[in-house]
Amino acid sequence: MAASTPVLEGTPQSRARSFAYGLKAGDELAYVLTLAAASAVILIVALLVYQLWISSRLPIHKFGFSFLTGRTWDPNAGDFGALPFVFGTCVTSALALIVAVPVGVGAAIFLAELAPPKTSNALTFLIELLAAVPSVIYGLLGIFILVPRIRQYLAPALRDVFGFLPLFQGPFYGVSFLSAGVVLVIMVVPFIISVSREVLMAVPVEQREAALALGATRWESTWDIVIPNASTGIIGSGFLALARALGETMAVTMVIGNTPQITASLFAPGYSIAAVIANEFTEATGDLYLSSLVFLGLVLFGLTILINAFARILILTTQRKGAQS
Amino acid sequence: MTRQVTFRRRFINAFMLSLTGVATLLVVSVLFFILGYLLWHGIGSLSWNFFTKLPKPTGETGGGLANAIVGSAKILALATLIGVPVGFLAGIYLAEYSGRTFAFVVRYITDLLNGVPSIVIGIFAYAIVVKPMKHFSTFAGGCALGIMMIPIAVRTTEQFLRSVPTALREGSMALGANKATAIFTVVIPAAKQGLTSGMMLNLARVAGETAPLLFTALGNMYWSAGWSQPSASLPVMIYQYAISPYEDYHQQAWAAGLVLLALVLSINVTARLIMSRGSSLARR
Repeated sequence: MAASTPVLEGTPQSRARSFAYGLKAGDELAYVLTLAAASAVILIVALLVYQLWISSRLPIHKFGFSFLTGRTWDPNAGDFGALPFVFGTCVTSALALIVAVPVGVGAAIFLAELAPPKTSNALTFLIELLAAVPSVIYGLLGIFILVPRIRQYLAPALRDVFGFLPLFQGPFYGVSFLSAGVVLVIMVVPFIISVSREVLMAVPVEQREAALALGATRWESTWDIVIPNASTGIIGSGFLALARALGETMAVTMVIGNTPQITASLFAPGYSIAAVIANEFTEATGDLYLSSLVFLGLVLFGLTILINAFARILILTTQRKGAQS
Repeated sequence: MTRQVTFRRRFINAFMLSLTGVATLLVVSVLFFILGYLLWHGIGSLSWNFFTKLPKPTGETGGGLANAIVGSAKILALATLIGVPVGFLAGIYLAEYSGRTFAFVVRYITDLLNGVPSIVIGIFAYAIVVKPMKHFSTFAGGCALGIMMIPIAVRTTEQFLRSVPTALREGSMALGANKATAIFTVVIPAAKQGLTSGMMLNLARVAGETAPLLFTALGNMYWSAGWSQPSASLPVMIYQYAISPYEDYHQQAWAAGLVLLALVLSINVTARLIMSRGSSLARR
């Protein structure tokens, strides 16, 4: 069929054709348009970094590095130290990872190694739905369901067993580092599972078969052969989850207690970088106050970017390795 | 002796493997707990009024969240108008046109944007939209969510266009089509299902975003007076009602949470159904 056949008017197909003809004259047009869109993405990110940087010039010049080590956050006195927020962000994220990584990797092992493909796919589907639940809903459930239960069961239990540690001492009111950590565990586990599962499935079947043929049990072949093969990718999934936990705003804001302090006890209320931005940004009076909050945003941005980049490199290397062998 | 060792190994095997099953069960059950609690607390407050009335002042009962539902719809529509075209075209560029180096840079930057915490996107939208316009606005909220939609739009477009066999492109070009014609009339229609479901998932993801709206669309207890004025939205309403001290507001928050979750999950399920049907057709 000749490409230059005249087009019939009216039907949807013919309209699509004539659109195609229009484009044909401007084959270049499509190229330029898509190139412009691709460049726009770069431009947006460049603008984002630039805006964050110039909007936080004030505290950068005034406080410099001591912004991150200052312990007092007193907007009325014009004194801005971010350490309590950095501390809160780090503590809650660490708490989340400590619990979420073993559970997530365990579940990923089950889904990748044990469950029959159909079951595995169905369960993975449900876990992906869990990852789609908005964070404000986790916050809602956190406030009304989780925090009362942590106060009633988990906190007393932890006090009974680990009460000798300073981590689990002092009064427990409900909103606390611990509550924020628990909510974060639930929020990041789905990400760890789906990435780890992919990474585990990228390990060649022959590796498992060889181990089993040598007399290893299923667990031994998983733990001694498959996991070491996939370890970089699993660590990568952990960092991906960490980046998510660091930047998580709503759910943490709703259960952490919003008190800027540094304590040894996880039972005490705290504050996080994202939470203070969410709470104080619209109320910030004065340039220094507002730009200090933007500076916090810049710190958070830098932190998550670094961790994300690192995670991606790790995951990529494992998948490449799996593809090669 | 040998027998004992074997028993020990078998025991460890069974124990650890069942532990992984327990972990899976635990995680999956969380989804059902979330659904159950929201249904339990939220369904009682869902009424005709919830969808049609404005919020009542504190102390009065029986208001609704109609303004938040309309506000969310407007913000999401604008976000789609901004995020999907840019991401779609950039994705086409990556899959069909680009050379190695520039594509690497674009891909890397896209992933970077995808990893930016949503609250930081909020600050950005505040700086480039709210500050120059001197107003919190529906428009600013749409911009914030639109920017958030770009990275996933780029990556899904690229992924699904790449999954279209090269033979299709070659075939259409052998018939005399030029590259643009081949892309727009052959390749994109072939990837239609994947693209549609990818964009739906993208929309569902930003539909629940709260943090970027806090200081862009802000919030509003009344109907928004226009695109350049503050607007209520479902996620922000849930947040504000949940941290308020009033029992009636808590009930509304549960109902709003149920509506939001139902929306997000149903978009997710539909999108995944479309995608799986597409892949089973492709296999045939």
